[in-house]
Amino acid sequence: MTEETIREAKQEVLGTITIYIMGKGYEVPSGLTIMSAIEYAGYKFVRSCGCRAGFCGACATVYRKETEHKLTFTLACQTLAEEGMYLVQLPFVPAAKSIYDLDKIELVGNTILEHYPEIARCVSCNTCTKSCPQDIEVMKYIQAALRGDAARCAQLSFDCIQCGLCAMRCPADIKHYHVAQMARRLYAKFLAPKTPQLDVRNKELEDGKFDKELDRYEKLDKKELVALYKARDHEEGDSS
Amino acid sequence: MGQSGKSEQKPKAAITYYPGCTMKTSATNYERTALAVAKNLGIELNELDDWNCCGVVATLAKDDLMHQLAPIRNLRRLQEKGEDKVLVLCDMCYNTLRQSEQFIQDNPDKLATINAFFDQEGPYKGGVKVIHFLQYLRDEYTFEKLKKKVEVKLKGLKVVPYYGCMLLRPKGCAIDDQEEPRVLKDLMETLGAEVVDSPYKIECCGSYNTVEQKELVAKRTYRIVKAARDQGGELIVLSCPLCRFNLDERSRLAQEMYPDFVPLPVMYYTQLMALAMNLDPDMLGLEKHYVDPRPLLKKKGFLHTDAAETEMSD
Repeated sequence: MTEETIREAKQEVLGTITIYIMGKGYEVPSGLTIMSAIEYAGYKFVRSCGCRAGFCGACATVYRKETEHKLTFTLACQTLAEEGMYLVQLPFVPAAKSIYDLDKIELVGNTILEHYPEIARCVSCNTCTKSCPQDIEVMKYIQAALRGDAARCAQLSFDCIQCGLCAMRCPADIKHYHVAQMARRLYAKFLAPKTPQLDVRNKELEDGKFDKELDRYEKLDKKELVALYKARDHEEGDSS
Repeated sequence: MGQSGKSEQKPKAAITYYPGCTMKTSATNYERTALAVAKNLGIELNELDDWNCCGVVATLAKDDLMHQLAPIRNLRRLQEKGEDKVLVLCDMCYNTLRQSEQFIQDNPDKLATINAFFDQEGPYKGGVKVIHFLQYLRDEYTFEKLKKKVEVKLKGLKVVPYYGCMLLRPKGCAIDDQEEPRVLKDLMETLGAEVVDSPYKIECCGSYNTVEQKELVAKRTYRIVKAARDQGGELIVLSCPLCRFNLDERSRLAQEMYPDFVPLPVMYYTQLMALAMNLDPDMLGLEKHYVDPRPLLKKKGFLHTDAAETEMSD
């Protein structure tokens, strides 16, 4: 019997797979996420664990499957544990961040470059893109930042959850996610369309336009509130 | 393309254009004037849709493949789009891309390694021709044809062509004679200007040393600009944004280091072409220069007061 046959049999008959946590092998049920599988093996996450929903970037994971030579990068809470995974968690990335006051800086062509001069060292190797668990085109947004296009950098980096895997792998020591965050902040402050209607509404609130209504709702009991809520205007198909 | 009445509509020459980072930041005036000139000549320059920084300087180490990635990525993108040639404005980008193409032609084994590294991104097969705008104007458009488009002869303007390094060295990249280039001279004479030769026309401006060793560059600025002025030149014309920065912006430091130094205005050939072709003077971007060329141009009658005062916001 080949190794693979044994493995497959084990998975089918017993419903278990072998995973390696920091090199040590554990039998865990198949069908668990990497995070749950590690917990099943008896580990308690005090770091490298957060929302468990693929949104916070805490559970950055590097793994290699026994039968492959390449490294893969993912989030522990989003990927199912597979047979032969050699797993390691990356709870923290010590990437330097430029300190700036958004109220004091201007957005000119060189702003991002001035705060993160190392982006000029980008050799276009694309390792960052290959390390991203969110399928973001990381190198592209760094290139956009390099030529002063904060809008494009902000747009391309939108899904970033700041897991830090890109920064750890970069041969030029670029801190991609910090660069992107700066771009998004600059975009929001200087380039995004303004919303004057928000200012109008805020003023209305401050002027007490809605005070009477809010007071009224505060005084209602739960039954009345529920009845009002059920009777509200809403679109067809919207679950109440 | 529709036919208007009886006049014959010449098909536009279309070519993909690689801008490079500087065209989008400190040399927006060069790009703007180049695109305007091209449009006026019936040349369609289509910016490459997806590009990255060229890498700035061609790597000299034969086993350094990491620094070939940036330029080759751009060449591969061109190939993906079915392009077999690309037009470049920036001399540094021209040189870097051209040298990379030459490198992989000469070293197919190194190309194999690079393609192995690219992996699923896809390989580059080689074969994209890198052309500088000056080359294109001289060889494909021709200066004879250009002469017909000159509406304002730059008569009485004493220009000193300056080449620097990137269009002439190494030999494989040279678009002209390496010791006695003449493309800028011929272009300027086509525009009606009076060309003044300078012995330092192919002297290096100091290039990227302007970042860490400003004084080294300012010393060269002093020497190059002084020689141009001593020969009777009034204006330096060039094609490289880095040279422009070093001969123009670094004049500021040269003035501090050499109290007797009097700078000269420095312009791109495309800005002079735009003037000669009587294009909108508001888009020349002359306010971006440290040594203001406007007083000279006004004195010679090529710029009119009200037009020159308008500042172009980038």
